[in-house]
Amino acid sequence: MTTLTALCTVTAVGILLIILGYIAMQGIGSLNLRFLVESPKPVGEGGGIGNAILGTLVLLGLSSAIGLPLGIAVGIYLSEFGTGRFGSLVRFLSDTLTGIPSIVTGVFVYTIVVVPLKHFSALAGGIALALIMIPIVARTTEEMIKLVPHSLREGALALGAPQWRVTLGVVVPAAASGIATGAMLAIARISGETAPLLFTAFGSRFFSYYLDQPIASLTVQIYNYAISPYDEWHAQAWAATLVLMTLILSINIAVRFLTRRKF
Amino acid sequence: MSTTAPTITTKVALPERDPGSPNSLRAGDATKISVRHLDFFYGKVQALHDVSLEIPERIVMAFIGPSGCGKSTFLRTLNRLNDVIPATRVAGEVLMDGRDIYAPGTDVVELRRKVGMVFQKSNPFPKSVFDNVAYGLRINRLTASKAELEERVEQALRDAALWTEVKDRLKTSALSLSGGQQQRLCIARALAIRPEVVLMDEPASALDPGATHKIEELIVELKKQYTIVIVTHNMQQAARVSDTTAFFLLGKLIEVNSTERMFTNPDEKLTEDYITGRFG
Repeated sequence: MTTLTALCTVTAVGILLIILGYIAMQGIGSLNLRFLVESPKPVGEGGGIGNAILGTLVLLGLSSAIGLPLGIAVGIYLSEFGTGRFGSLVRFLSDTLTGIPSIVTGVFVYTIVVVPLKHFSALAGGIALALIMIPIVARTTEEMIKLVPHSLREGALALGAPQWRVTLGVVVPAAASGIATGAMLAIARISGETAPLLFTAFGSRFFSYYLDQPIASLTVQIYNYAISPYDEWHAQAWAATLVLMTLILSINIAVRFLTRRKF
Repeated sequence: MSTTAPTITTKVALPERDPGSPNSLRAGDATKISVRHLDFFYGKVQALHDVSLEIPERIVMAFIGPSGCGKSTFLRTLNRLNDVIPATRVAGEVLMDGRDIYAPGTDVVELRRKVGMVFQKSNPFPKSVFDNVAYGLRINRLTASKAELEERVEQALRDAALWTEVKDRLKTSALSLSGGQQQRLCIARALAIRPEVVLMDEPASALDPGATHKIEELIVELKKQYTIVIVTHNMQQAARVSDTTAFFLLGKLIEVNSTERMFTNPDEKLTEDYITGRFG
């Protein structure tokens, strides 16, 4: 039994290590400072992914600004007040939403944001990513708040605190590190999304931080370069992949660091 | 609170008390809380049956009785903390200083400010020692300045006999204190807003004998200023700290008497049986 499970574990971890190693090997060659700060250039002239890194950060910031407050608010509602039928319904829908293929979210946002505005935009990309975040954040927030002992709530109520102050002043802070973990994992998850950005943020070959304009992102850039016929762009796609993975890894490490139990 | 009936159900028949007669124990004292014909329901299960009781000012009253007898439930009706449990219902009156706390329009927040509570399991907030004690003062806006806040926190910690142990670590987490210290911190937190009544739900049941002794000394000290109602499983503890004792069984109040009388020559046969360990 031990041998069998150990073997499976080694296989799973091994595959992960092979992927990581292969990307590192392929990507490291094209990686240098200019690649990280320059915008793309025509084939043969080098160029970089600076605009895509900026674009990804803009998109992550935008989607976090929309998705985190909404998701956390829903989670608080579900844990503190969502005992009835409506709560169960919201819980079921948000679980369903988590399972929806991300390209569907992309098409949806295309229909309700891109078509009326008549052009692709960073805003549309941010909304698409936020829609993916909300159910993830909501459910992890709910679970984390439910872990806060009931005795803490009663302790605060017994001191004459009104319900909303108990929730915001005692319960949510007590669950803060768990909520932060959920938030960071949701950010890590969406930073790897490509499909919802194809018809929303679309991609761009220039530096841009305007929310009403199309914007580049690492994932879409990787996709575009990977399907191109040029070896140089293939190499750049590998390097961009390495950058993206490092970014996600950093977020995960930051999560671990920030959510260590302080007390 | 378990709602299942204890196994003694078949062995004892509960006597009918005259529900209207309040138990005047120490005629000279003013009555702080007067409970009249109180019934309490968890859904369809009735947990308290027609309880009438007078709690005089500035004494320690102990509630004893076997698990599930309703003593904790009763305690929690006195600050309306049962309100937060879904599907509970109260009938009857609880008068505090002559006003019914269950009357429509009662400010529950105001009530809970007057009636502090210490729980069975210490429940400090995951905040610093200082912030724990300051919590009630801050949310109720009871202090005008930072200096006054610090003074009130220090006073509360002194009243709870904790000041000397924590004065150098007010900024550290309350969760780093020992179990006994945490419980005294919760007492300090309750005292900081200067309540009139302090409810204690088995405050020492999770503590070692040394810490228990400290809490008991504290209770005796506190009754100079506060009316204290304490639920306890430990009859020696009730005998040590309280002036009057109330005995609950199966959601009914069987007897209220001076503690001395209760433990030497109780009026009710059931009380005697319980105290001498024949059941419970």
